[in-house]
Amino acid sequence: MSTAKRPTTKASTATKTASVTAKATATKKVAAAAKVTPKATPPKKSPPKKTTVVSSDAVQLLDYYREMLFIRRFEERAARAYTQALIGGYCHLNLGEEAAVVGLMSALRPTDYLFTNYREHGYAIARNIDPNAIMAELYGRVDGVSKGWGGSMHMFDMEHRLLGGYGIVGGQLPLATGAALAIDYRGGDDVVMCTMGEGTSNIGAFHESLNIAQLWKLPVVFVVINNFLGMGTKVELSSAEPEIYRRAAAYRMPSARVDGADPIEVAAAARIAVESARAGQPYLLEVTCHRLRGHSVVDPAKYRSASEVEELKLHDPVHNLAERLLNLGLTDADTLAALDEAMLARLDEIAAFAEASAHPDVNTLFDYTYATPVPNDSRRLPGQSLFDENGVAR
Amino acid sequence: MTLMSYRQALHDTLRSEMLRDENVMLMGEEIGVFEGSYKITAGLLAEFGEKRVRDTPIAEEGFTGAAIGAAMLGLRPVVELMTINFSLIAIDQIVNHAAKIYGMFGGQAKVPMVIRTPGGGGQQLGATHSQNIELYYAFVPGLKVVAPSTPADAKALMLAAIRDDDPVLFLENLALYNTKGEVPDHDEPAIIGKAKVTREGSHLTLIGYSRMAYVAKKIADQLADSDHLDIEVVDLCSLRPLDRETIINSVKKTNCAVVVEDDWLTYGIGAEVAATISDGAFDYLDAPVRRVAMAEVPMPYAKSLETAALPSEDDIINAIYQTLDAIGHRRSKTGPHD
Repeated sequence: MSTAKRPTTKASTATKTASVTAKATATKKVAAAAKVTPKATPPKKSPPKKTTVVSSDAVQLLDYYREMLFIRRFEERAARAYTQALIGGYCHLNLGEEAAVVGLMSALRPTDYLFTNYREHGYAIARNIDPNAIMAELYGRVDGVSKGWGGSMHMFDMEHRLLGGYGIVGGQLPLATGAALAIDYRGGDDVVMCTMGEGTSNIGAFHESLNIAQLWKLPVVFVVINNFLGMGTKVELSSAEPEIYRRAAAYRMPSARVDGADPIEVAAAARIAVESARAGQPYLLEVTCHRLRGHSVVDPAKYRSASEVEELKLHDPVHNLAERLLNLGLTDADTLAALDEAMLARLDEIAAFAEASAHPDVNTLFDYTYATPVPNDSRRLPGQSLFDENGVAR
Repeated sequence: MTLMSYRQALHDTLRSEMLRDENVMLMGEEIGVFEGSYKITAGLLAEFGEKRVRDTPIAEEGFTGAAIGAAMLGLRPVVELMTINFSLIAIDQIVNHAAKIYGMFGGQAKVPMVIRTPGGGGQQLGATHSQNIELYYAFVPGLKVVAPSTPADAKALMLAAIRDDDPVLFLENLALYNTKGEVPDHDEPAIIGKAKVTREGSHLTLIGYSRMAYVAKKIADQLADSDHLDIEVVDLCSLRPLDRETIINSVKKTNCAVVVEDDWLTYGIGAEVAATISDGAFDYLDAPVRRVAMAEVPMPYAKSLETAALPSEDDIINAIYQTLDAIGHRRSKTGPHD
């Protein structure tokens, strides 16, 4: 597929391109699907991948590992701060999703846009947003990415084109579709990536958005992170089509499924998806992952059987990549240990930054209700009467 | 000034704003080829093309959300929801997203978009197509809700809504589309958040918005002729923000008020207005604030039942006289109330 400017009006060309893409990826899809199913018997041992690694890939793998490990340590630190009541609200972690996160984000240009859901800290990190600002947001402080207004679920950074974590399941899909519409409207060549969990594919906004994106040939990639569990409900019990990528067929949209254990495979699949979108053909990419802990920090995940918990250990992408790097001779245990130590120290600094950041001034309470100043916008605090002593409404 | 219908004023304003700013684009069901269920967008597809006048699938949540996302990147979409009843399909996008994005992310993204939609009963459209649920949106900080009652206000508020950097729900009304009035030729946007005194008076304050502001003005004019009553009419124009001071200032002058609304009475806009008066003008009140609103039933189809459910002009006139009677003012009395 051409990476040049996508066709804007040649519907027949675009459709043809789509079907070619779909066919071209079909074989790969089946292979990937066969490799990863929720009930597949896992390999006996932590499986070093047999992929032949050329030297540029070796550098890439080490970079991915560093990023993944950083996300892992960040999330563990967030969990700790949450249990210490330094972080409020909900706190959903990307534990187990690290390879998917870094692989997906590596396929985007800095000017491409990302819309995601409430399990988003790793994505913010992988978009190169300052981790201090991410942690400060979790702490609800002024230096947070959303100035303390969003929290864990609602991070935003226009400069890095993270256009929001969204707390309502499926809420981000119509928005991402609309952002792609704006890009298309102006003839730009940026792409929008929109991530979600597999449970989101059951909500109306998913179907409405895929339909609209395909009808209008918008530059958007919908990414389903399928960790096989919507909170505690298995995908087979919530989705009549549990292989989510197949749902794209209803919209004649190309799609693929990739194993989210391997950042290189995820990145390769994501590049195909992103370039398709850039050429005017939206795409649905399903990435299979394993959520290593509960739905959120407070969820003990009692719905998992002992054998499922045991099996999860084999699906830890950070651990598996470390093994792989060691087996390939790309690093050694001492180097990895030193790296980890450095990251833990960095996380200490990040947490200290967040804790030192100021709580938002209550005088800013009314600063963000409206972007355009408006007369009679209420600035009444809960205990106050509607009118002040001079009869002026507040 | 040009005499034109409310429909024409809306159409012409959309067109002139599209000519002025290429970021303004229209989205909605049947607005292009079909030219709009109520023909507000007639001719605009032919003039501006598919890029700027976009027919959507029947997917209110999807396309309203898409308009919000496009607005986040700087377009100024004007969405048509065929009737306000269908906004319920899109309410997650309107309430959880359009209204939240500016605040929730600490002021980093604006959502400059307009949702145009007509309310209104009385057309025998039955329970699901006759509701007046603008209250749902007026309840939500982050949204602006405007409700013009005249062609001139339709123009001025549409200009303001399109140029505003916040999401604006623009309430139209089926029964107003064919009403006519003088419309200024120049483009002067209204100030969102301001109410209007459309008729000055001293005997009683009659408050309404959208169709009921139109009806209120008509009744006040009629009672001035027939009964020498001097009624002040307040057209809220904006439901959020609500211009409480204009309401209070009027009641301080007249000492009594009747609120008229097409929506249900319980928890309605009138309840908010009455509470405002109670809070801000309690010492000035000579009678309880009366509300005239729809009966608390799903709207029936049969004409006899529909008519009974909707507030009539007689209902409003009765409420006016009951209020005046309560403060000792008699129908025949012609002097100013004291």
